[in-house]
Amino acid sequence: MSTTTIDNKPVVPEEIKSFTVTLIIRRFNPEVDDEPHWQDFDVQLYPTDRVLDALHKIKWEQDGSLTFRRSCAHGICGSDAMRINGRNRLACKTLMKDLDVTKPIYVEAIKGLPLEKDLIVDMEPFFDSFRAVQPFLMNSVTPVKGKERIQTVAQRARFDDTTKCILCAACTSSCPVFWTDGQYFGPAAIVNAHRFIFDSRDENAAVRLDILNDKEGVWRCRTTFNCTDACPRGIQVTQAIAEVKQAIMRGKA
Amino acid sequence: MTSTIEAPRSPRTPKGPYGRSTKKSGVNWEKWGWIYMRVSGVVLVVLIFGHLFVNLMIGEGVSALNFAFVAGKLTNPFWMVWDIIMLWLALIHGGNGMRTLVNDYATSRISRGILKVAILVSVVALIVLGTLVVFTFDPCPAGAPADLVASFCKSL
Ligand code: HEM
Ligand code: SF4
Ligand code: FES
Repeated sequence: MSTTTIDNKPVVPEEIKSFTVTLIIRRFNPEVDDEPHWQDFDVQLYPTDRVLDALHKIKWEQDGSLTFRRSCAHGICGSDAMRINGRNRLACKTLMKDLDVTKPIYVEAIKGLPLEKDLIVDMEPFFDSFRAVQPFLMNSVTPVKGKERIQTVAQRARFDDTTKCILCAACTSSCPVFWTDGQYFGPAAIVNAHRFIFDSRDENAAVRLDILNDKEGVWRCRTTFNCTDACPRGIQVTQAIAEVKQAIMRGKA
Repeated sequence: MTSTIEAPRSPRTPKGPYGRSTKKSGVNWEKWGWIYMRVSGVVLVVLIFGHLFVNLMIGEGVSALNFAFVAGKLTNPFWMVWDIIMLWLALIHGGNGMRTLVNDYATSRISRGILKVAILVSVVALIVLGTLVVFTFDPCPAGAPADLVASFCKSL
């Protein structure tokens, strides 16, 4: 019989420390302000908190008038793209531990679209460009009843990257050409055109190539790669634009 | 970080569906302009760096540059062709590049028009002048002091 005494200390997980973070947010209330202005807030946060959690804490505990869009809170709906420390990011995918919290975090609305209130912009011009590229499958043949439209693995892989878009507008509103020329279709519209141009089941690639072979189409792109850097889905946006340019020059997808 | 770029600056001119122009002319100049920038760029790399190398580095280098040096080059058909191609390619390239910048930044139809006409006029003027110089250049102007002109002028 062993009489070993067991050290009966419960296993306490190491305590995760919270810290105070300063957020400087660009506020604008069209009913009282002539100009947007910066306002700072101190928030107590954990490294695993996201910028979205910080915004929630401010809205729920400090200033209920803070206005922003969010829905899924998990990087799927695309409603909370904003400029965080000068870069377009989803607030719900930006963790505190990935930011330098010794300095204030600047948060403002995405640029190039009309500012409505605080972090909310008018997305209509953005969706206009999206609609203009006819982002839906066009095929005149109805598949045999109960059958699908068959596609090989390679054919599906050809446009896989651009199927991931969640229309958050991070790319388009990071593009310096779009900032100065609001008529430019912008990266997101081209990404969503790419999605169907290179889909073997679609018959109208030529129509979309013609739409983008425009003064305000793909030739406006100057390959600055801001869009690729901004995309929260990791889509190779600049490459997709280049592929559409190549397809226009070849005359087919 | 505090720069403010709010709404799209250049005017939105709703014409066709989705606020876009539906007009399509026969030739697509944007596409050819884009291709031209790249093709002329590749040729210009050779022409410009060749030009700089021959003028500034070979032999005596920069100190060899004077009227006689340039006059000598402009009597050589090889350098005449080189310079003419470089002149036309670079000026059209630069003019088209400036046109792109005007499309980016000019906000009204009028300022766009004025700036583009100004670019066109200066490009045409420089091309005409440059071409004229290359083809009508007199390397041995009458009565010029012998030490300032090319050595072959003596035998004329
Ligand atoms: C060394 C040879 C050169 C190469 C390889 C080159 C290449 C290019 C390319 C590829 C572009 C298009 C950029 C884009 O669409 O994103 C461009 C634009 C431009 N180039 Fe050149 N180029 C050269 C020389 C020149 C010269 C000599 C001039 C001036 C006469 C010039 C003036 C411009 C201008 C004003 C633009 C427009 C800038 C912009 O779109 O932001 N380039 N160049
Ligand atoms: S391509 Fe990326 S950045 Fe652009 S709208 Fe789609 S998901 Fe957002
Ligand atoms: S809240 Fe849905 S993507 Fe961020």
